[in-house]
Amino acid sequence: MSCTNLGTPEQEEQLRAVTASLKGTPGAIMPAMQKAQGIYGYLPFAVQKLIADDLGVPLEEIYGIATFYSQFALVPKGKNRIGVCMGTACYVKGSAQVLEALETNLKIKTGETTPDGLFTIDATRCLGCCGLAPVLSVNEHVYGKVTAEKIPEILNNYRN
Amino acid sequence: MLFRSHILICGGTGCSSSRSKDIFAAFEDGLKTQSLDKEVKLVLTGCFGLCALGPVVIVYPEGSFYSKVTPDDVREIISEHIVKGRIVKRLLYEETVKQDGIQSLNETNFYKKQLRVALKNCGVINPENIDEYIARDGYKAYEKVVTAMTPQQVVDEIKASGLRGRGGGGFSTGLKWQFTKDAQGDKKFVCCNADEGDPGAFMDRSVLEGDPHCVIEAMMIAGYAVGSDQGYVYVRAEYPIAVQRLQVAIDQAREYGLLGKNILGTGHSFDLEIRLGSGAFVCGEETALMTSIEGHRGEPRPRPPFPAIKGLFGKPTLLNNVETYANITQIILNGSKWFAAMGTEKSKGTKVFALGGKIANTGLVEIPMGTTLREIIEDIGGGIPNGKKFKAAQTGGPSGGCIPAELIDIKIDYDNLISIGSMMGSGGLIVMDEDNCMVDIAKFFLEFTVDESCGKCTPCRIGNKRLLELLDKITSGKGEPSDIPKMEELCQYIKDNSLCGLGQTAPNPVLSTLRYFKDEYIAHIEKKTCPAGVCKALLNYSVQADKCIGCTLCKRNCPVAAISGEVKAVHTIDPAKCIKCGVCMEKCPKKAIVRR
Repeated sequence: MSCTNLGTPEQEEQLRAVTASLKGTPGAIMPAMQKAQGIYGYLPFAVQKLIADDLGVPLEEIYGIATFYSQFALVPKGKNRIGVCMGTACYVKGSAQVLEALETNLKIKTGETTPDGLFTIDATRCLGCCGLAPVLSVNEHVYGKVTAEKIPEILNNYRN
Repeated sequence: MLFRSHILICGGTGCSSSRSKDIFAAFEDGLKTQSLDKEVKLVLTGCFGLCALGPVVIVYPEGSFYSKVTPDDVREIISEHIVKGRIVKRLLYEETVKQDGIQSLNETNFYKKQLRVALKNCGVINPENIDEYIARDGYKAYEKVVTAMTPQQVVDEIKASGLRGRGGGGFSTGLKWQFTKDAQGDKKFVCCNADEGDPGAFMDRSVLEGDPHCVIEAMMIAGYAVGSDQGYVYVRAEYPIAVQRLQVAIDQAREYGLLGKNILGTGHSFDLEIRLGSGAFVCGEETALMTSIEGHRGEPRPRPPFPAIKGLFGKPTLLNNVETYANITQIILNGSKWFAAMGTEKSKGTKVFALGGKIANTGLVEIPMGTTLREIIEDIGGGIPNGKKFKAAQTGGPSGGCIPAELIDIKIDYDNLISIGSMMGSGGLIVMDEDNCMVDIAKFFLEFTVDESCGKCTPCRIGNKRLLELLDKITSGKGEPSDIPKMEELCQYIKDNSLCGLGQTAPNPVLSTLRYFKDEYIAHIEKKTCPAGVCKALLNYSVQADKCIGCTLCKRNCPVAAISGEVKAVHTIDPAKCIKCGVCMEKCPKKAIVRR
């Protein structure tokens, strides 16, 4: 983990613009971190440090927030983020089996990323498409009424 | 401009997931090619409610309700229905088809018993167009309060309506407004809790997606009543469409001078800001939510002082949830008497439920308080699919409990649900059939709360963890009879000693399943079996030799190659390799595979 790596010059510029625009706003830390994650895909150490310095808060507070909320990531995620909904409606309709089929197929556990960096599996909270349960999302795309058998087909859409 | 036809396309999250945006694009394209885009208006609306039939398209003036529409069907709807006036019968929702034509959607079983107050505009207007909201009496309630009512009269009206908080607790909304109004402070805040974290609940999201202006207007009214000029809406990050539509609505309201300084020249000022959650269930708790808006880890703090006295940034704060706000404008416009005439003695008005799980008509329903669970499940919900038996309904999410089949005639209101060990909660209603194991369901909710506990107080952090370990022990076949009294004692301890609502209600799913389904716990502990066939450690799959025809289907579909056998010979399952996924059982055409 490097202390100086702020990504590409464009990313760094965007980040500095975010902190500059939020400075002085009450409760600015979370919006700043959310925007930073939008720029980098996760929150590298250097980015947390810059937010802390620019907003004038201790670094440990930033780190504390990053580890408290499940949507902040401290390590990069795979190119395609698969989220299997573990809401009640999906669970009673078999989302645990769907998750298991994914783990078997990709040979990784929930929360992990495949060695080629192509997929990350997450068990997510309710996505609110309970009418289509069980559902999973790949990036922004939601697949409804998923069964274990449909998994290979869904994954193939992202393999090439 | 006048249009001869309106095509309404559902743009709720459910239908959006089944590609309703592609359907919108296909209509746009098709109408343009036929040069009909000046005669027919396309509207992307909020949720219609019947998510199970999505994507849904309604064509007016006929009111034809097309279900499960694909982009390929669009061409037919345009060429047949729009051009020639011939309704495409094969796509109609079958319940709307009558011999002498089509019947209104409101006459179908799903809608007949519903009463839409909070969802008045959902599925009717384009949520991204403020003019459509204004045309449906939008911002009229706000105009009424600032020009003709004193703040105290507004508070009195809400109190008289009997409205109670729709987020779960059921506290009197009018009293909350009164406390915040009476609190001393140079600055006050009005907040909206849209951190709808209960799994299986999507009422608030549907209101924000389908009718965002009604929440904005209600918050403006609340601001006037309690003396606040600044509001915050705290929305879950998992709801991108809701956030985007709310932002559009706020921008439009600002542009129209409805948000900002000196609104409508009345001297009243109010503005709104959206704050996003980042995935923490505990932030739905009011003190944790405010800590999160302040930009910290969303940990709750002890009450009192209550938010009405010392809330956001230490100032008096009013906090209501989305559905509560969605009732406000209509109480102001129609009067508290109108509202109080609906519902039961102590629970007035309607309640929106997200109907999910093992039920035919999954979706969003709004019913008057006092409707029975039977009416919701059998009439509105269309019953349990696949000929299975109704076992229980779960309300209140991880804080609630299960209503067993024998209590199906219970009238749904706040107090009745609490008396049977469940709670209204925010409105998720998950139906379970005989294939669901109640011990497993209790474990599912405990896993959720253990994962989401913020860790600040010990009874919740450690107590729930110990409770989950006991459930784990039981579902993996290692339970002992003494575990049940141990769990009951622990549940009571956690309830009595936790700091916030999350911990205080976390044992409810365990307590309520112990109350109504103790026999299932006993079967797991004493007989080491799972009657519903869910808990894997207690199950074994095997092939019945006399039924197997050797078709190899099970062998070919087994994901871990645990099945062996030649064509036309009896197959066998290797229990050491079997992951108990159940695929073989699903695939077998002769029902030769059994799970014991």
